[in-house]
Amino acid sequence: MERYRFLLSGSGGQGVITMAILLAETAALEENLTAVQSQSYGPEARGGATRSDVIISDSEIFFPKVLQPNILVALTEEASSKYLPLIRPGGLCLYDCDLVKPNPRVDAEQIGIPMYKNVLAKLGKAVAFNICVLGALTTLTGIVKLSSLEKVVERRFAKAHFASNQEALRLGEELAQPYMAQV
Amino acid sequence: MSATQQDVRFVQGNEACVRGALYAGLRFFAGYPITPSTEIAEHLAENLPKVGGTFVQMEDEIASMCAVCGASLAGSKSMTATSGPGFSLKQEAIGYAAMAEIPCVVVDVQRAGPSTGLATKVAQADVNQARWGTHGEHSIVTLTASTVQDMFAVTVEAFNIAEAYRTPVILLFDEVMGHMRERLVIPPAGELPVTERLRTAVKPGVNYHPYLPREDGRLPMSDYGDIHRYHVTGLYHDIWGFPTEQPEQVNKLVHHLVDKIEGRVHELARWKEFYLEDAENVLISYGSAARSARHLVETRRQKGHRVGLLELQTIWPFPKDLVREKTANAKNVFVVEMNMGQVMAQVKQAVDNPDHVYLVNRVDGTLVTPTDIGNVMRVIEGKGV
Amino acid sequence: MAFRDLIRERFFPHIWCPGCGHGTVLNSLLHVVDKMGLDPTSMCMVSGIGCSARISGYVNFHTMHTMHGRALPCATGIKLAKPQLNMIVPMGDGDAMAIGGNHFIHACRRNIDMTAIVLNNRIYGMTGGQYSPLSGRGVLATTAPYRSIDDDFDAVALAQGAGATFVARTTAFHVKELSKILTKAIQHKGFSVVEVMVQCPTYFGRKNKMGGAVQLLEYYRDNTAPLGSKKLEENQNLIPRGIFVERERPEYCEEYQNVIALAEGKE
Repeated sequence: MERYRFLLSGSGGQGVITMAILLAETAALEENLTAVQSQSYGPEARGGATRSDVIISDSEIFFPKVLQPNILVALTEEASSKYLPLIRPGGLCLYDCDLVKPNPRVDAEQIGIPMYKNVLAKLGKAVAFNICVLGALTTLTGIVKLSSLEKVVERRFAKAHFASNQEALRLGEELAQPYMAQV
Repeated sequence: MSATQQDVRFVQGNEACVRGALYAGLRFFAGYPITPSTEIAEHLAENLPKVGGTFVQMEDEIASMCAVCGASLAGSKSMTATSGPGFSLKQEAIGYAAMAEIPCVVVDVQRAGPSTGLATKVAQADVNQARWGTHGEHSIVTLTASTVQDMFAVTVEAFNIAEAYRTPVILLFDEVMGHMRERLVIPPAGELPVTERLRTAVKPGVNYHPYLPREDGRLPMSDYGDIHRYHVTGLYHDIWGFPTEQPEQVNKLVHHLVDKIEGRVHELARWKEFYLEDAENVLISYGSAARSARHLVETRRQKGHRVGLLELQTIWPFPKDLVREKTANAKNVFVVEMNMGQVMAQVKQAVDNPDHVYLVNRVDGTLVTPTDIGNVMRVIEGKGV
Repeated sequence: MAFRDLIRERFFPHIWCPGCGHGTVLNSLLHVVDKMGLDPTSMCMVSGIGCSARISGYVNFHTMHTMHGRALPCATGIKLAKPQLNMIVPMGDGDAMAIGGNHFIHACRRNIDMTAIVLNNRIYGMTGGQYSPLSGRGVLATTAPYRSIDDDFDAVALAQGAGATFVARTTAFHVKELSKILTKAIQHKGFSVVEVMVQCPTYFGRKNKMGGAVQLLEYYRDNTAPLGSKKLEENQNLIPRGIFVERERPEYCEEYQNVIALAEGKE
């Protein structure tokens, strides 16, 4: 398989790092793939642009950082303008079309989905936004199975949150379905 | 845990260190919060009491290292963890542990310095501090690792060495290794050897000499609180542990402290090697930098280049003979590290042709990249950047 | 119990100068341990660096002669690992209040069960007579040849403010009181601080022209008074002696047992 280099970005509080850990853990523990996750620490991790790198492969991963992502998730305008220029030509950029404007000059498949709005409307609260994004990302890339991701989500969080997380995952999947032809 | 019987986790390097320490029988941890090592303290605050062990957050790094010395003498396998400025503060009591021969493990998750430096960014510039940070003649063991799984394994090893040879052991990790997450398989108890402290068999009423080595050079201990009451000091001491200024005894103790480690270089050397058999260019690296080196080696091997990697897991005592042997047929040796050449200086002393040893480094708080290494190699090979 | 089992005869004679007050404290402590019938294998003494710190070599307990100022954190490690041990931590004034000042206040705050004895001779003796944080303004020392401009700490007030649950002061002159206070301090569950004003005729007495051991002991006799005494009431310039604080607060090792119980219940 090709090596997947994810750069997940947004602002503090959007759950970007949790998203990265869930994705990488699913690959490493449920799909028998190799995964490495890292993140930037320090003052810049609080507010401003938050970033977390995930590399997934079926062989050993050595260099653990993502210099040029082939898959970028941008959840704020700031994150998009900072990281979109790094994307590999022809890469995939998933963004929230209510939070981020696309940049047609960058050579990438840019898919904007109104995830935030839908999470608010269907789940009534924003907490599961990152889980919904993960649902959409998993659907678009097919790198891990949604059912595997669901297992990890169930294990990682309190039982009380599982139903709404499950709903958020399905919502992400549903919202991403119409774009499958583009990836 | 996954559906299989194995204990498999997806964790940060810092947590792997914690799991390794618990596997090795850690029962006492004293620490102070400092980035990028704090997760070690956090995980132990949660997990040590679950096994009846003790976690204490002390008032500073000095106190943490002192508490570790005390707890170890009272019979507990003990550890502290720190970074950057905290490692400087611990040096006083690390010297005490070296002098009084107190088994303990000190983790330094390296960040960029000097001083506060870059609190959240990677460096590997504490190599010499690990060896020479405390004053006075002594020797010390320092281990490192480049995967989350290896961090677990070398942590277990660190406790084994500390207990066997009654010495502080430094685990020299770095920010990238401490914070990155990878799969960790925790072996079932008993799979990895765990060395228990050698305790004295001297009976009550018979004199116990805490610093009288056995035939094999080892010093059996007696826990504070057990039958034997004895003295421990940071001064030069005799077989009773009592201060002495007798030149003969001082001389003997210096040699003992140095020889017990330097005399076991081969036994203590841990390393990994990749494609060294026919390598014209040999990379030597450790910690997170070794990941970049390995990346480059794998990519170049696919193109048929004769390049190999020697990854050092034991940095101190420096495995000179090993380095010399593994680079004997190399045209060039590239030392990849994130400092101004601290291990390179050791390599230059070890090899026959020091002029062919080159430094590939990065000291800007970011992980050295395979491209950085490739660029230096191209220049040396006369191919330009 | 054989009193001699409490000392290490082979390590005598001790290193202290003639007339030094440290021996008086050692003597008193040994009698207290003997009288209380404490098992010597339950006794652990941890000291720092300085003249006072050498006490740990002479007592036949589990003993740890540590680094300057670091006796308390070393003792904290031992106590947490083996809570059944009776911890005695003798310190000098510089040891406890200068280089070890931070450790001192935090040990008070934690209320870990040990007895800290501050042997206050108002000078650094081992290094040859420099002023300490307990010397006080106007004192002559090798590092204060024009008299000290540093105000001193009140060790008792400091310990009290930091949360010690037993705080007392006495002097090397008042030997019976010293034994009584040490007994209570050892019996007390929690962090006990006993300041003992001891004479250093070699440096403090000589430098400050206060005479030898006898004159310094007379000074303690004449310039101190028991708490609540008429003498003290009449002369506010006297240094009060006695037990200033004796109260209960959860002890640290016992509290940690609760942490263990909570953690074990969790999994």
